[in-house]
Order: sequence, then structure tokens, then C-alpha cells
Amino acid sequence: MRWLLLKDLQILRRSPLIVGLLVAYPLVIGLLIGFALSGDDGKPRVAFVNEVPAGEGFDLGAGGQQFGAEQARAELCDRVECVDASSREEAERMVRDGEVLGALILPENLLDQLRSLTSLDPEPAKVDVYVNEDDPVKAQLVDDRIQALVTEANLILSERISKQAAEYIDLLIDGGTFQLPFLAQKLRILGLARAGVILEGVRRSLPVDSPARAALDQVIEFAHLAEDNLDFALPLLGAISAPIAVEKTDVSGTSTSLDSFAIAAAATFTLMFVTVLLVAGSLALEREENAFIRITRASVGRGGLLAEKITLGVIASLAVTLLMLIVMTPFGAVGWGRGHLIVLAILAGGAAFAAFGAAIGAAGRDVRASSLLAFMLSLPIALLSLVPSGTVSATLFEVLEVLRALFPFHPSLEAISSGLDAGAGSLWLRLLHLAALLAAYAALARAALRRFA
Amino acid sequence: MAEAEATAGASPVIEVRGLSYSFGERVALRDVSFTAGAGELLAVIGPNGAGKTTLLSILAGIRKPDAGTVRTPAGAVGWVPQQAALYRRLTVEENLRLFARLEGIEDVDAAVEEMLEQTGLADRRGDQVGTLSGGNQQRVNIAIGLLSRPAVLLLDEPSTGLDPRQRARLWEFVHGLAGGGTTVLYTTHHLGEVDRYGDRILVLADGEALFDGTAAELHRAAPESGAADFESAFVAFLRERGH
Ligand SMILES: Nc1ncnc2c1ncn2[C@@H]1O[C@H](COP(=O)(O)OP(=O)(O)OP(=O)(O)O)[C@@H](O)[C@H]1O
Ligand SMILES: [Mg+2]
Repeated sequence: MRWLLLKDLQILRRSPLIVGLLVAYPLVIGLLIGFALSGDDGKPRVAFVNEVPAGEGFDLGAGGQQFGAEQARAELCDRVECVDASSREEAERMVRDGEVLGALILPENLLDQLRSLTSLDPEPAKVDVYVNEDDPVKAQLVDDRIQALVTEANLILSERISKQAAEYIDLLIDGGTFQLPFLAQKLRILGLARAGVILEGVRRSLPVDSPARAALDQVIEFAHLAEDNLDFALPLLGAISAPIAVEKTDVSGTSTSLDSFAIAAAATFTLMFVTVLLVAGSLALEREENAFIRITRASVGRGGLLAEKITLGVIASLAVTLLMLIVMTPFGAVGWGRGHLIVLAILAGGAAFAAFGAAIGAAGRDVRASSLLAFMLSLPIALLSLVPSGTVSATLFEVLEVLRALFPFHPSLEAISSGLDAGAGSLWLRLLHLAALLAAYAALARAALRRFA
Repeated sequence: MAEAEATAGASPVIEVRGLSYSFGERVALRDVSFTAGAGELLAVIGPNGAGKTTLLSILAGIRKPDAGTVRTPAGAVGWVPQQAALYRRLTVEENLRLFARLEGIEDVDAAVEEMLEQTGLADRRGDQVGTLSGGNQQRVNIAIGLLSRPAVLLLDEPSTGLDPRQRARLWEFVHGLAGGGTTVLYTTHHLGEVDRYGDRILVLADGEALFDGTAAELHRAAPESGAADFESAFVAFLRERGH
């Protein structure tokens, strides 16, 4: 078997095109992914147009805090990459040309509308959003981001407003001074608590049989009642400002960071293509060159040939995938502290893919048919394995889950994710899964080899 | 005939009884029986598609017969397939070396050198097989089959594509092996070779064994026994049998 392996490596070395691809593929993919991960902070680009006159703000209450265009811009740019546009027209053009995913426009009268919210004649405030519906996925993305922004702005506003209301209530209970808007004069507010104390003093000074006492008792009782119950109003106001708070709990128990997921996906694609195509092609070549009939007669036999091809696939997959991960290391996305686990995951994934490729090569019989078969089987399964739960119907997803468990892509992806990222769940179960697939596909390949000659 | 008589007493090295084989519906071999003793040279001749290659591949252990029994000495059957079985991207020497190792030959270097010498390809040893001419590729193909010194050697149209000088060298070498006790079973369409070396002949047509004897006997069995050459006699023989 050792000689067969050396022979294959030698043949590989003499095929400059294939060697070039084996080196260039992981290099290019690694660099692309690396640049994509470091260059893009994952925020969509959104144009921002402010038509609100400069310096104007919406008074948020006693603290002298204001909510104006600057705050809105700061909040927005926290979530998306802002691109300032000078006018609605410019923003519209940018959206149409695809320079930005969408545009958020604060209309001129936004602050007037906001102010009206505290008046007796409230007019709902509006912001304008432009999206390019050409691409429904992108439109949805921008919709979601801006919706989230508006919801948060609403929350901040209602919180501030209810805080202000709470201050009024405090004033009502405890008393103090109150500055009326547009008037220089300050009002002194007595407060329910002190009113109660004063009234009790008055009551004590009245003769015991005075008929006014009963009436005064009622007023005093109201003052106490109001004082006590208005205290309850404060937390109530707080509750109203955020009626539903979201508390996020991750129940899947595993979560892979987006970066490690992207790296794992790229590594698994590389692993898959290199290993499946190489092994399928190399096995089919044995038949095409007719050498297969000699090898099966020699002591290595069909089983030995199969083992050799799987070993070849594992060596190639390890070399190529490690090369890709090394290329991505300078971008800071690969942690080599878990290097041994990464290698383990690549070995297991490579072996399962190699057995899969061997089955294809044995079934396809000639190099061209095998390569075509390898592509036609691998690509759709890989893409189906990337479909997230919840994006298709539950029944379809169950079918997909069964399907993806039968092919090495999904378990390899998960194993490499586990290798890269401690948060991505247990590696061992996935290794076991891959070992089972290795055994199954090796058995399939062995059966197909029986009618190979 | 003398050779056939000489081996009749000793127990045969190859023994085929009632052998049948089909590729699906197509019958390739039908109830074929024959034996061959040590040191015997047996030529299997017949039209294209007669089943010669199928017979040799069964003897080589590549296919399992559908019916009948085949007895060959265990693990000691050398084989030169009709279609070159070589790695085109490996050099002549690398091919020889690889198969010498796979066949478990003890002195790999000596065996490789001997075959390079025998095939006259010593000066092309470093060339990739894919760059050799068709005849030279066939030389390498034969050389690989001759690497180990098996008790039985199966040669499927070994002389096809070889130049006359190389053909003569090949038969000289093969006769040397037979003289040393190797049983050689070969197929060919060069009937002159069969006639010249006076081998024992097995005629196959449409999967059936029609004749088993010497060239002289085949001449006599042909309808126009006055036929000038062996090839004409053979064609007449087949025509008479409806092939
Ligand atoms: N792999 C195969 N699949 C199906 N049929 C086959 C296969 N190999 C051979 N045959 C058929 O079996 C029959 C015998 O073929 P075989 O190759 O043994 O003939 P042959 O005597 O060696 O012919 P030739 O002189 O042309 O080499 C033919 O009819 C052929 O078509
Ligand atoms: Mg043939």
C-alpha cells in the first residue's frame, strides 16, 4: 500500500495543473475569506439624510437632555455603516445604484411632531425609509435594522417622557417649585404630603363637635390615599415605557461566532472539493489506465487499493485545509491554541470525504464521469447543509436534517467549527458521526469495486 | 505432438473443465475444457470476440467462472493483459519498480534491470510511459508480466504492435521460459508465429473450443488440406465450422 501511495503522490507531483489548483485553491479562498472577515464589520451601509434644522432638539425633560438629529445619527451608526447624504434625491440615487442598502430620512418637521406628543393634539412622528426591493433579502435586512432602530428610539422617548411624568407626580406628592414653560414665573407646589399635615393641624384646632371635622376627615383621607397610591404609579409608569422587555436565552446550547462559522464553512468546502475530486478521480484513473486489473491481482488487492486512496485523500485534505487556515491566521481569525482539535476534525472529515469520493470513483468508473458525479452530488448537499432551521417548513427541515446526516459535509462543518471554537459544541460526537460515514462509504466503495474490472 | 505426449503422464498445471462465462446476456465462453502441463506452450487462437481474453482473465483470477472449474497453481500466475496496464505518468523504470514491489519480488533492482535489458528499453528507463510509442508501451506492458517468474504465464496478444526484431526477442525469451518449465498460454492473431514455433493450439470461436492439437493437425483438419499456408488453412477450417 505504501508503494501505491508513493506512486500516487508522484503522479500528483507530475500533474502541474492539479498541484497548482491544490495550492492555489486554499490560498485564494483563505485570502478572500480573511479579507472579507477583517474588512467587513458585518454592518450594512445605510444612507442618512437629516432635514431637521441644525441645533434644534427635542427637550427630553428636567435633566435638560435633548433628542435631536445628532443623537439619531449616533444611534443609527451604531447599528449600520452610515453614509451621509445631502438630500433625499441623493439618498434615493444611492439606494437605486446599490451603493447603500437603504436610506433613513429624518423629515424637517420630525421634532415638531415629537413635541406634539406631549401636547393635547398629538401627531405621530414619522421617519422615511428607502429600500431597494430589487433584492428582497437585502430589503428585509434593512427593514429589520431600521425597525429595530425606531423601536429603540421609541423606547428611549417613552422612557424619558414617563420619567418626566414621574417627576410631576413626585412634585404632586412631595411639593416643590415648578417652572411653567414660556413664563418667567416659578410656581410653588404644596404637595399632597404637606397638605395632609396642614389639614391635620386644622382638624385638631377645630372643636370636637364641629360639623366641619367630618368633611375635613374625608379630605385628609383622600390626601393620604392619593399620596400612597401615587407612589405605586411610579413603577407603573416605568412598566409602561417598556411593556415588553426581551430577554434572550440561547437554548441550542451551542453557538459559533460568525467568524469561525465562515472559516469552518470555507475549510469544509475546500476539504470537500479537494478530497472528493482527488480520490474519485484517482480511483477512476486506476481503471482508465487499466492498472487496476494488475493491482487487484497483487497482494494489496481491492481493499488495499481502497485504503490507499482514502489515505491519499486524508493527506491531501490535511495539507490543503491546513494551508488555508494558515493563510487566514494573520487576519486573526484562527486560534491555534486548539490546533490539535482542528487537525483531528480535518482528519476525520477528510477520511469521510475520501471514502465518499472513493464510492463515487468506483461507481463512476472513468475520470470524467466521476468528476461530474462528484460535483453533482457534493455541491447541492453542501448547500442544503447550510440551510438554517426556521427558514423552511418544519417537515422539509426534518428531511434536510436526515439528508445532511448521511453525507460528510454537515458533520465535517460542525467538527471543524468545534475545533475552531470552544463554544460550538462537542467535537467527539461529530468525530463519531464522521467515523460512521467513513465506514459506510468505504463499504459502498468496496462493493462498487467488485464489478470494477 | 511430441510435447503433448510428454506432458500427458504428468499431472497438468492448468486444468479447465466445463468452463462457461457470460457478460449478462452475451455468452463469452461455452463449456470449454482443456489442460496444459509444465513447460507447455499453448496458443489460443480464434476470431475477434471469440472469448480468448475472457478465458485468460478467468485464468488470471480477475473473473469468476459462471460454471465449471479452473485449476491453476495458487498465486503463481503471471499475466500480460491485452490492453496495456501501466501508469502513463510514471517512467518505465518506476512502473517496473512499482509492480515488482507490489508482486513481492525479493530482488527488485535485479528484476527491473533484467527486464529493461530484455525489452531493450534501458536507454528509455527515465521516460514517462505516456511519451513512448505504442509498441514500446507494449514492451513495458509485457516486461511487467514477466517480472516475477511464475509457474504459469498468460500472454494476451503480446506481439501486437511489436516490430519484427522485438517479436523475435519476445518469442525467444518465452521459449526460454517454457524450456525452464514455465507453462505459457498466449493468444495471437499472427498465425505465422504459431506455425513457426510448432506450438499446441486451442481454437476458440464464439466461446466454444473447436480444436485442440498441433498446427500440423489443424492443417490436416482443414477441408482444403492442400492450402498453401497455415493462415489460409485456419480460415478454411473456421468457415467449414460455420464461423
Ligand atoms: N466487459 C465486457 N462487457 C460485456 N461484454 C464483454 C466484455 N468483455 C468482453 N465482452 C464480450 O465477450 C465476448 C468475448 O470477448 P473477448 O474480449 O474475450 O474476445 P477476444 O477473443 O479476446 O477478442 P479479440 O481477439 O478481439 O481480443 C465478446 O462478444 C465481447 O463483446
Ligand atoms: Mg482479446
